[in-house]
Parts: sequence; C-alpha cells; structure tokens
Amino acid sequence: MASALHYQTIAGLSAQLAAGRLSSVELTRAVLARTEAVEGRIRAFNSRDEADALKQAADSDARRAAGRSRGPLEGIPVGLKDVIAVTDQPLTASSKMLANFISPYDATVTAKLKQAGAVLWGRLNLDEFAMGSSTENSAFGPTRNPWDLTRVPGGSSGGSAAALAAGTALATLGSDTGGSIRQPAALCGVVGLKPSYGLVSRYGLIAFASSLDQIGPFTRTVEDAAIMLGAIAGHDPLDSTSYRTDVPDYRTALAGKRGPWRIGIPKEYFGEGLDPEVGAAVEKAIAFYRSQNCEIKEVSLPHTQYCLDTYYIIATAEASSNLARFDGIRYGHRAADVTDVEDLYSRSRAEGFGAEVKRRIILGTYVLSSGYYDAYYLRAQKVRTLIRQDFLNAYQEVDALLTPTSPVPAFKLGEKSDPLAMYLCDIYTIGVNLAGLPAVSVPCGFTTGGLPIGLQLIGQPFRETELLAIARDYEQGHDWHTRVPSL
Amino acid sequence: MAASSELNIDHVARLARLALSPQEKAEYSRQLGDVLHHIGQLGKVDVNGVEPTAHAYPVVNVWDEDVPRAGLPVDVALQNAPRQRQHMIAVPKVVE
Amino acid sequence: MNYEAVIGLEVHVQVKTRSKMFTRVAAGYGHEPNTLTDPVVLALPGVLPVMNKAALDAVIKAGLMLGCDIAPVCKWDRKQYFYPDSPKNYQISQYDQPICLGGGVEIELPGPARNVMGEHKRIPLTRIHLEEDVGKLNHFATDSLVDYNRAGTPLMEIVSEPAMHSAEEAYAYLTSLRATMVYGGISDCDMEKGQLRCDANISVRPVGETRLGTKVELKNLNSISFVRDGIAHEIKRQLAVIERGGTIVQETRDYDGQTGVSQSLRSKEMAHDYRYFPDPDLMPVRVDEAWKSRLRSECPELPFDRQRRFMSQYQVPYTITSVLILDRALGDYFEEAARLAGPGRAQAVGNWLVNDLLREIGVAKTDLASAKVRPAQLAELVNLIESGTLLANTARTVFAKMFATGDSPAAIIEREGLTAAPTDAGELEQWCRDAIAGNPKALAEFKAGKESAINAFKGPVMKAAKGRADPKQVDATLRRLLA
Ligand SMILES: [Mg+2]
Ligand SMILES: [Zn+2]
Repeated sequence: MASALHYQTIAGLSAQLAAGRLSSVELTRAVLARTEAVEGRIRAFNSRDEADALKQAADSDARRAAGRSRGPLEGIPVGLKDVIAVTDQPLTASSKMLANFISPYDATVTAKLKQAGAVLWGRLNLDEFAMGSSTENSAFGPTRNPWDLTRVPGGSSGGSAAALAAGTALATLGSDTGGSIRQPAALCGVVGLKPSYGLVSRYGLIAFASSLDQIGPFTRTVEDAAIMLGAIAGHDPLDSTSYRTDVPDYRTALAGKRGPWRIGIPKEYFGEGLDPEVGAAVEKAIAFYRSQNCEIKEVSLPHTQYCLDTYYIIATAEASSNLARFDGIRYGHRAADVTDVEDLYSRSRAEGFGAEVKRRIILGTYVLSSGYYDAYYLRAQKVRTLIRQDFLNAYQEVDALLTPTSPVPAFKLGEKSDPLAMYLCDIYTIGVNLAGLPAVSVPCGFTTGGLPIGLQLIGQPFRETELLAIARDYEQGHDWHTRVPSL
Repeated sequence: MAASSELNIDHVARLARLALSPQEKAEYSRQLGDVLHHIGQLGKVDVNGVEPTAHAYPVVNVWDEDVPRAGLPVDVALQNAPRQRQHMIAVPKVVE
Repeated sequence: MNYEAVIGLEVHVQVKTRSKMFTRVAAGYGHEPNTLTDPVVLALPGVLPVMNKAALDAVIKAGLMLGCDIAPVCKWDRKQYFYPDSPKNYQISQYDQPICLGGGVEIELPGPARNVMGEHKRIPLTRIHLEEDVGKLNHFATDSLVDYNRAGTPLMEIVSEPAMHSAEEAYAYLTSLRATMVYGGISDCDMEKGQLRCDANISVRPVGETRLGTKVELKNLNSISFVRDGIAHEIKRQLAVIERGGTIVQETRDYDGQTGVSQSLRSKEMAHDYRYFPDPDLMPVRVDEAWKSRLRSECPELPFDRQRRFMSQYQVPYTITSVLILDRALGDYFEEAARLAGPGRAQAVGNWLVNDLLREIGVAKTDLASAKVRPAQLAELVNLIESGTLLANTARTVFAKMFATGDSPAAIIEREGLTAAPTDAGELEQWCRDAIAGNPKALAEFKAGKESAINAFKGPVMKAAKGRADPKQVDATLRRLLA
C-alpha cells in the first residue's frame, strides 16, 4: 500500500514529476480516486472541486513542459484547512455562520502555494473557528480518524491530519493556536509543524487568537515539512506581526545539519494524566537520542501549570473580539424576520455559531469586560511573560525540548463532553504558542490498539532548520512514518 | 481574582450579542463557572514587576507608505451580503 | 447665584492621506457607494491591518504644532461595540497610550470693535489620538443602507480640557484649530464633507465652584456656527432648568442647527463597556527624536504667530492681517509680494490683496491658486502707484485687466496708453492757464483768500488730461500760476 502514489512523499513524487515519469494530472487523478474511495468514511473535506484540481494539474504539466516548473511543489495536490482564504472558493471555518461564504481574496499562504505550483485541493474540516481538539465541533459533522473510524482525528485541524493519513492529499495546511496542528498530527500518525510565531503570514487565515495563531504544514516526512515550510514562510507586508527574518531553503539547510544535539526533557510534561503507552513510547524516543550520542538533560519549566489558564484567557479574549465581525451584516448567516439591528446581531450570531464557539465568546467577553481586564487578560499576559522566559532559560542549556505531543492517543467520538476535559488535551502544546516557539510532532510509535503516538520537539525561535534536523534524525532511525492505516 | 459567581450571563451575552436560550444560559453559566474556578489559580502567580507579553517577538513601527492600491469592485465587495440595495448593505432601519 | 458654563470639545479630524489608516485602498469623498473598499475595510474573515505611515506623520505634526508631548511609544487598542457602520465591530483606536498628550490651542476672542484685536488665550488639550473612521448609514423608510467608503479613513481625535466658558470661546477654538490643521496640511477640515466633526460636553456650575456640574453631551454639530449656536442654546437650557429648581440629567442631546432645537437621544439601555484591549494584530509605534525633528522642520508658522509677525514686521494693520492669515497660501502670497515690492510698501500690498484681489476672486468664483495675478505683478502694480507713475483710479482699471489677462501692469499701461502724468509739462501748464481763464469768479474768490476755490480749476484740467494728470502736479502748477 505504501507504494501507492497517494501515500508517497512530496520529495519522491517531485523527483518523478521532474523526471517525466509522472504527470501532475496522473497524480491528481490518483488522489481524486483515493478520495472517492475513502472520503465517505473519513469526512475530512468540507468542499472539494475535482474539475478545478484537474485544471490546475493540467496547468502545472503545461508549465513543466514549457520548462517553467516552480519547484518541488509543482503539480503536488495540497489540501487547505477551511480557515485559509482562496479566491472564489468557499471559506467556512466549519461554521453555519459562513456556510455560503465565497472568498474574494487569497490568503498569503494560498498565493505562495499557487506561486510554488501546488495544486490546491479541497477545503478541510476543523472544529468550528478552530476551537476544539477533536474536530467534533464542526457544523458539517465530525471527521473520523483513519486509523480507527470510531475515534476522533484530533483537532482543530482534524480534517488536514486525517486527509493526509487517509491518502486524500499529499500535504495539507493547518493552523495551530494551542496545538491544533501538532495534536491531530500525533493522533493521525503524521508530521505536523507549528512554525515560530511570525514566520508564516496570517493574512487570510480566519483569526481565532491573533497573538497565538500560526499556519503550518502536515506532511508524511520531516523533509516534506521542510519543503512546505520553504514555500509558505517569509515576511509578509500584509501581516504586521510577520517577522523580518531570512528564510533559508529549509530542505537544503536541513540536509547539512547533523547532531549530536542537546535535548531537554521538561519534567513537568511527564506527570499525571499522561497515558502510560504514550509515556513509554516517548521514553523510547529519549533513549534513541541518547543512543545517538545526544546529551539528554532534564530541565524545568516551572510555570507549566499556569499554561492552560493563561491560554484560555488570552485565546478566548482575542477570539471574542475577532469573531465580533461575524454579525450577519456584510456577509455570513443572517437570522430571518429580525425586528431591528440588535435582534439581527443577537439572533444571527446565536444561530450561526455552535456551542463551543459561543462558550468561548462568552468567556472571552467576560474576561475583557469592565472591571475584569486587569485581573484576567493583563495578568495572563504577565504570566505569559514568565512562561516564555521559562523556555528561553531552558534554551541556555539545550537545543530543543522533547515532550509527548498529546497526553492521550485518539479518543472515541463523543468521549469528552466536558469542555474542561477537552481543554486538557492541549496541556503539552499550548505553552509553545504562548512562547511563540516552533514545534513539530513526529510519529513515535503505536499503542497496542494500533493508534499512532506523537513525539513533540520544541525548538528555539526561528531555528526551524535545527528543529527539523533533530526530528529528521529520529525519523531516519524509525519506520513509523511509513505505516499507513488500512482503509 | 474575581470570583466565578460574578459571571452575569445575561450581561455578558448581551455584550457579545448572543441571544442565548435559558438552557444555554444555565449550561454556560455552570461550565464557565468551572473554567473560571480553574483560571482562578492564576491569582497565585507573583507577577510583580513582570511586563505583559502582547507579542512573542515584538518589533515597532511596522507600516506601509501611503500609496493606494486597487480595492474590490463593488459587486465583489457585496457578493456575500445577505441583503443589498443600491450597491449598499441593507440592514433593518437604525434609529440613531 | 451666578453660574458659569464649562465646555470641553471632542473634535474628530479626518487626516488627509491617499490611502486608509490600516489598508492601502484609496481614501476619498464623493465616490459611488462601496467603491473604496477592500477585504480589510469590509473586515472579511482573515484580514489584518497595516499602519499608514503618512497618517502617523500627520498626527505627530499636528501634535508638534499644538505643543503636545509626543509619546515615545504608543500602541493600538480595540474599542469594541456593535454598530452596522463599524465593519469589525471594534474600532482600532488608542486608549491608554495616545500618541499626543497635553498641548493647547491659542484662540482669539472677539475684540471691542471689528478693527481691534481681541483677547488671546490658550485652551489646553488633554490628548490627541489616532483611530479609524466608520462607514456611513443612509436611512430610508423601512431600512438603512450602509456605505463603507469612509470606513477606515484615518481620524484624529482631539480632546480639549473642559476649559472653555462660552459659546464664543468654543467657536474661536474650532476656528483656530481648523486653521492650524489646514495650515499643517493635515486635513482640509471641510465640515460639510465630515472632515471635521465636533461633540461638545457642557455643564454649568456656580461661579467659584471647582467641581464640574453634570455634563450633557451635544452631538451632530455639523458646522462651526451650529457649534456656537448649539452650545449657547444648551447653556441657556441648563440655566433655565436650574432656575426652575430642576437638576441636569446626564444625557446626550442632538442639536438641530436648522431649527435651533435640541432633543435628548434615546439613552442606551446599557452603559458602554468597550472592553478595550491592545490590538494583537498591530505593533507599537516608537517615535524617536530624529523623526520628531524632521516633522518639526515641516511645521509651518501658526496663524496667530504669523499675524503678530505681519503686524510688527510689515506694519500691516490688524484688520488686514486677520484676513491674510485665514489661508496659508494667502499669507505666503502676501509675503512674496511684499518682499518684491520692497520696504514700506507691504501695507499697500496687503490692501490690494485683501480689498481687490480677493474681491475679484470672489466675483469670478475662482481661487488664489488659479488667479492670474501673481505676487510679482501685484508688487509691480504697487510700485508703479507709489512712484507716481500710475494713479489710483487708473490703477483699478489696470488691475482689472491684470486679473483678466495675467499680463504685467507695465505691459497693460503700455498697450492702453495709461501713463500717469502728461509727458509734456508745458501741455499741463497750458491746460491750467485755460482753466483759470475760464473761471474768473473762482479766480476772484481765490485771490480774496478762499483757499478751496482752487479746486474749481482742477476738474477742467483733469478733463483736458483725460484723467491721467497727477493731482499733486496739477495742484502745484495751479498754485504757481495763481501766485
Ligand atoms: Mg457592525
Ligand atoms: Zn473617536
């Protein structure tokens, strides 16, 4: 199965395309056929346009024939989380609010992928407005985990992770506010990279929490992640928070980076709530690095216990503001038979948003309301400073930190009905967003029940090359990434 | 730290422009009470003299020169409007 | 008991930029509805704001002109409220760290007479901050229509201290503030186009009391005269309430300048809770000395400073300088013409400019910039008159032709044969002899000591000279012949 086109890597396919042994149309047809065969069971896509994909593929083949190939992504079908704008395509955020919205503009990453010659293929499901950890909070129904259809793919970028794991795309983009790339990557057995805050433009990404959101790729291998990152990273004048830094050719740079590495193990990430099988797999990964002459060092991130609270205050406060624009006036769902504008606002928003979105808007509105700002938002921003400082202190001694990605493997649909229980899925991932760091989840084993387990590596700010090199070293010593679910 | 009992769901829902049903109000009040209780532990952190972090990598003076670019044609600008008339967005009559 | 009014003004001034505050689509007025939008203006899902450097320059310049402290660092906050003209349902504004603090506006109160300078004083400012404008709602019978062309235009909010005590002061404040903004090229401040908008906070209190009384906010004051009338009306209304033994209710009232009536706006059921917080999509602004000094060098002289200088440097009277400073270009024009005309002739230049050029411009419905008479030509005209080459009466004819054609006065005089004095002194003497001979009665009276009888000869001389004789020369010639 692993030799099927739809399960190959970008690096491998790109070589075949370049050698003329494969056309983008053939490749795209293979992905469409795979989608036709399995999508009914996975439900990763909110929308897809086969004719458009084939046209893009034909255009790509024509470019290549004319000697104008645009690089390693030329002709490769790439799926986008349905929070990333593509001109004249639906953009729903998996919300009833935007069920009929057609974007009149491209996100910067979209423009960059087009520039790189990728075939944009499908809008992928998510927890509504990226709020959730299971992709169950979607107005269009949940996405299933390809490894076990009774289980969730993680979230919020569950569609992006599941489509890749199911072979219905060759790479996908997700967004990560508190773990929304890394956690579903772990639960679906693929690579998921959250870049440093500011490395990838947020222009055209529907905002959840502006100071935490970051777009990143899902891929089968670390090298593919480097290829994707190279295509989407870089300063963007349309995003004032976009960082001015040189963007190397990550794929080439990666090849030149070799260990041994100094790896820190934050002791706070191995406590209560960690599934024993996940813990064991991560311990084995630590042992692997030790066997590669890496220096393994226990470190402490003393404010870890405050990450979740800090995150929920900052994220919901920003979200309550970012989602105010969804009011049924200029676009989006508008309630019928409204009496006045206030009625229009309150009912359109109540009807258009799902339960989790409303819950977070309420919380975020509350923490910003008169008299509470200092006690909640301002205090959370200060604690955020301490959390960030913990990481920067640790990097005095180590090149990267190693933790589990998710405390648990994929859980059953409907299993976590209590919001607080769901929020705990993110305890190992949210600190990274608060500190603005790059982090990657790579497959590091399976449970006895056959569910994938993810390993999180957390890098230093804007040192994505080193981070990916450390992940690549692990990947090359294992074959987890070559396994595919039986579908 | 503010106590969780202070969450006045009617007031907050009104600020957020969310018409919640009585069941939703009861459910959110209970769930958010739990969350706020949890969040309350942030009050224990000593943040004296700590600067707030608004941006992970703050820089200053990120701007553009004042050179206009093309905008959206009016039909595209209004393509997603639930109601429009005379190239404008129609809303229920607003009393100012 | 004696009462005094206390007035503070909140003035919104649109900054004149080519593109909007946080996106680069064009800013403008009078365009077809919703033709000045882009994804950012419409707050489409996923868009982000990017500051306009020129708007920052403008507000710093405004602050420097008004003597404000420019904050070394300022930031952007979101002011959150739902309204259909506000696409994001928050306005990007500056809450606790505005860009300009303090400063003041110099005003002039009406003098005892039109030609006497009135009292000057300085109204202190609280702050100036930068924000973005909202769209425009058009109301119809059953619905309202929203046009977002104006949304996102850079907007300065200039907040005064509650330090004015009469409608006249408020009027003078707005007049001076507007002149300053126009001088600085910061805004055209056309109130009809909404480029300057004013809200007034008004309260009254017993004289001697230091605490503020309950304030009433007066909105929609859409011309400078309406501001004056509305405030005067509101002060009267509050005093009448107190006289009746009532109390002032804190409220927002709408003043209708056409009817001169104000009415309470339906009070909002909920007190505003704007939930301000720092906008995470924007980075702070740091203003260093180099930036400030560059802008300082671009700041023009303020109108009242210029007036004082014109009066002392050029000896031009108050009434003329009051007009000359109304428009920066007019003052520039004056200075150039005065310089070209040379010492001692500035007052004549000022008179010609204010009395003649502005009148012709008004009649022709044009403006100074397109007037064909340039400073060099006006200076030349004044010099021809002062040197006696051109007579006042003839000069008006010459000026009219200058205004119509743009030709130099010398060229017009040459072409039309309008030289002042007769070229031949003998010719003048002959006309004088003829005039004396033609009026023996006046001659007798003059000889008898009636000094004014000499005037009777002047008419016939001028007639003979077709008006081009120099009256001084005529007078001297007549006296010589009569002696
Ligand atoms: Mg609105
Ligand atoms: Zn304002």
